[in-house]
Parts: sequence; structure tokens; C-alpha cells
Amino acid sequence: MNAGETTAPKLGVQAATKIYHTASGDLLALDRCSLDIRASEIVSIVGPSGCGKTTLLWSMSGLHSLTGGEILLDGKKITGPHPDIGIVFQEANLLPWRNLDANIRFPFEIKGEKPDRAWIAHLLNRVGLDGFGGKFPRELSGGMQQRAAIVRALALKPSVLLMDEPFGALDSFTREEMNRLVEEIWLDTKTTIVFITHSIEEAIFLSDRVVVLSARPGRVAKEYRVPFPRPRSLEIMATREVFDLTNKIKMDIVGERATAKPEQQRPSAEIVRIRP
Amino acid sequence: MSDAIPEFSKAKSGDGQDVSLTNLSAFASGPGIKSGKEVAAILAVAVIIIGGIELALRLFHVPLYIMPPPSSIVQALFEEFPLIAPHLGYTLVELVSGFAIGAAVGLVLAAVITQFPFAEKIVAPYILLLVTTPMLALVPLLILRFGFGYTPRIIAVALAAGPMVMINAATGFRRVDSAKIALARSYGASTLQIFWKIRAPMALPMILVGLMIGAIFGLLTAVGAEMVGGGFGLGNRLTTYSSMIQMPQFFAVVLILSMLGILIYVLFFLIGKKWASWEA
Repeated sequence: MNAGETTAPKLGVQAATKIYHTASGDLLALDRCSLDIRASEIVSIVGPSGCGKTTLLWSMSGLHSLTGGEILLDGKKITGPHPDIGIVFQEANLLPWRNLDANIRFPFEIKGEKPDRAWIAHLLNRVGLDGFGGKFPRELSGGMQQRAAIVRALALKPSVLLMDEPFGALDSFTREEMNRLVEEIWLDTKTTIVFITHSIEEAIFLSDRVVVLSARPGRVAKEYRVPFPRPRSLEIMATREVFDLTNKIKMDIVGERATAKPEQQRPSAEIVRIRP
Repeated sequence: MSDAIPEFSKAKSGDGQDVSLTNLSAFASGPGIKSGKEVAAILAVAVIIIGGIELALRLFHVPLYIMPPPSSIVQALFEEFPLIAPHLGYTLVELVSGFAIGAAVGLVLAAVITQFPFAEKIVAPYILLLVTTPMLALVPLLILRFGFGYTPRIIAVALAAGPMVMINAATGFRRVDSAKIALARSYGASTLQIFWKIRAPMALPMILVGLMIGAIFGLLTAVGAEMVGGGFGLGNRLTTYSSMIQMPQFFAVVLILSMLGILIYVLFFLIGKKWASWEA
């Protein structure tokens, strides 16, 4: 389906293990989680709450260090934040003391680079934020804030875009609009996208592949291909295939939840044993 | 490297709802520019109160040394101002230089100490002690050591303003928003960049509150310190005029002091409106 299908993965997660050391003991968030993402692929990651989705994404971004295993970008191990990886956070995460322009300039300021004005203007136009540059985040709706955050993430032209439940706080209509926008941007840039969401519908609509994580500790439980051609219309969401797929994924997650013993942590001795 | 579990709860710090007591609502409840009608009403009430006092004092023949009527206070203010002005200058020099020293030290200490939570815990009781001890109490000692000039007063003002600035600024610097810091880190920001681009702007509203409170405490201490020994400053004028039972002049000085206080408040209100309005 994609050009990168036969080549090495763009982003490789290999036996990723993450233990958080908290005051109430060690917490195994990811347990030998492995996942390959090809170039220009959109992969969604779904799973029960607290299954380590965000941990996985933050590890992919280099913001978190793994306890075991590794993340490979174009075959090279990631040891820290990488300029080729852009992140869209939960709830936009704009800096409230900066107006939109200044927020989008922020990555360039940190890097000490000159902003690519033409590219930023193109992106702003793409997401429909022309003429809002002087506005402060609090003057914008949630959807507009998240659009700005997408522009900020894409401003440095990353080859991988990690999106951490970006539209979780939006109402369902805005969410659909944003989903279409993400697809449009993908058609435009062919950026590899890893998308974390609670919404199975959102995952199916957007993705080439939906990955289901198990309950904590997170591992890849199942994977589903979503074979619909792009650009997708909202009508496909009403088809039998999508309905069946949605239910299957839902059962995977609910089933996980039913069988998992919630809040029961493994004794630490056992955790030590699983270290590579 | 130990990472914290990423969390994005709604009522996180940085949304501005968590700062109690001295948050920017102190500014918000301040003298905002209101509609013409409200301004007229405020002026009318002022005229009625001041006029009423004037009338009552004259009607009941209250002696001048107990309470001078407002008109005589205003008259004294204008007549005596050339004599009071140099003293106002002294007080301002003490206030500005003492405040500058205290605020600078307070800010730097707050920025440094909040980076080391353990050190902060150890230092906290002493800071609290500095905040709660009236620095006026030290003035006689300072005068003994440094003489009757500017020095003891400037030190007293710095000692009064510094801890106030520090304790509020520290509250500001402690408001860590892990998501915003992660954002900066994702672009490879250094610790210094995170400080200047994330922590400092985030702390700014609380820093401004601290500066305002510090400046007002500084004024208080400067005037108090001038009442003890020495022969200049607005505090000295207060003791001099009251000992000579020159009540209109005395109240004229009080009027100048309250105007100074209001000026400090309005100054920081305007700065806050310009630079920290994103929070209020």
C-alpha cells in the first residue's frame, strides 16, 4: 500500500520496557513492547486506560528513557529528543503567554534557527488559521488551539509526527473535522504518524493500522489493517466492515479489562527478572 | 534518569487556579477602568464622604489638633510641599535602592532554591522567619552599627522587601507544568532555555505579586525606620509634625504616603496587565 512497505521500518520499537520508580513502588508500564512503523504510515495505538500508550509515545519521542529495549529511527537508536520527530500533545499545550505566531516560533527559538516563514504560512493556511497569528491561546477555541499545536509540531518539517490523544478534549464534531484535517495534512506531507487515541472510530478513520495494547503492563495485543483507500469519507464509518472492526477492537480492549486484575502490581522481584 | 509518569489532569498548575491568597485576583479586584457611570458614582461617594467629614468637623467645632478638616489638610499639602519634598526624595531613595537590592537578591534566591527541592525544604523555615519578623525591630540595631544616614534604612527596606519577593517568586517558580517542559525538551531545550522560556514566564504573575507586596512592605519599613533617630524622610516628618501638633501638615504627609502606596499598586497593576494578563 505504501512506498515504504518493503524497506526497513521508519520507527522501530524493540522490546521496549519501562519501569517507573514511584513513591508507592515500582510500576511496570511497558513490558517488551515491539512495534514497527513504516515510512508514511499512519498507525493508531489504542488500549485500556493506563496501559502505557502515552509512555510508549513519550519513549518514541525520546522524552523518556526506556528501562529496557530500544527505539530505532531510520535504524538508529534514539537517545533523546530528535529533531526529526514532532509531537502533538494532549490539550494543545500552547504557551499561554505567547500569541499564536510566537507559539509557532517557539521551536525555532529553542533551536536558534530562523523560522521558515513560507512553510509556516502554508501550514497556517492549511489548517485554516490565517490571520489568527496575533491571538492568544485563551482567545481560541479548543479546536483552533489544537490546529495551532499541529502547525507548531510540523513547523520543523519532522518526518515522524507523534500525536498523543490530541483531540481527546474536543467535542465529537470538531474531532471529526480535525481527523479529516490530519488526513489532509498526511496527503500533503506523507509524514509518518503515530496516533494515540481513546476513540476506536477515530483510530479506524485515520489509520492504515490499528495497534491494540494490552492492559498494564503494555504489550502489543493485536493489530488490525484498515484497508480503505484515501482520502476517506465519513461515509465509510457507516459501513458494515468498519462496524465489525470497531466491535472486534472494542472486545479486545474490554476483554483485556475483564481478564486483567486491576491495580494489582507484580512483586518487584518479578519485575527485576524481566529486565534484559 | 528517572522519568515521571506523564499526566495531564485538568486542574494542573499553570492554569492559574492553584495559587491561593496572593494570586492575580489581587490585581483583578483592583482599580480596573470602569464605565463612566461607575466612575461618576465613585467620585460622588468620595465627594459626599469628604464633604461630610468637612461639614461635621466644622459643625461640631472639633479642635484642629484632634482632626483637621480635609480642606486644611489639602491647603497644608500645597503650602508645605516645598518643605516636604526633600524628605519625600529621601524616602524614595531609601525605598527604591532598598527595594532594588532586596528584590534582586530575593528573585535570584527564589530561582536558585526552587531548583533544589531538598535545599528548599531546609531553607524554608528561615525564609518564613524573615517574612514574619518585622524588620523594623532591627532598625535601632542597624542605626547603632551604621549611623543615622541612609545605610540602616536601605538595609531595613531590603530586608523587608527581599523575603516577600522571594517567597512569592518561589511559589511561581515551583509551578511546574511537566507538559510544557516536555514540549521544550522535545525541541532539545537546555536547562537554561527551559528556565527562561518556560519557568520564568510561568512564574511571572507570582513574581509581580511578590514585587508589589515587597514594595509596599518596603515603603512601610522605610517610613518606620525614619521615625527612629535621624533627621530626614517622611517618617521623620510625621514624628516632627505630631510633636509640634501641626495636624494639617501631619495629615498632608499621611496623604502623600497613601498616594505613594497607591502609585506602587497601580504601577504593578499596569505591569501585570501588560505582561501577565494571560493568566488573570
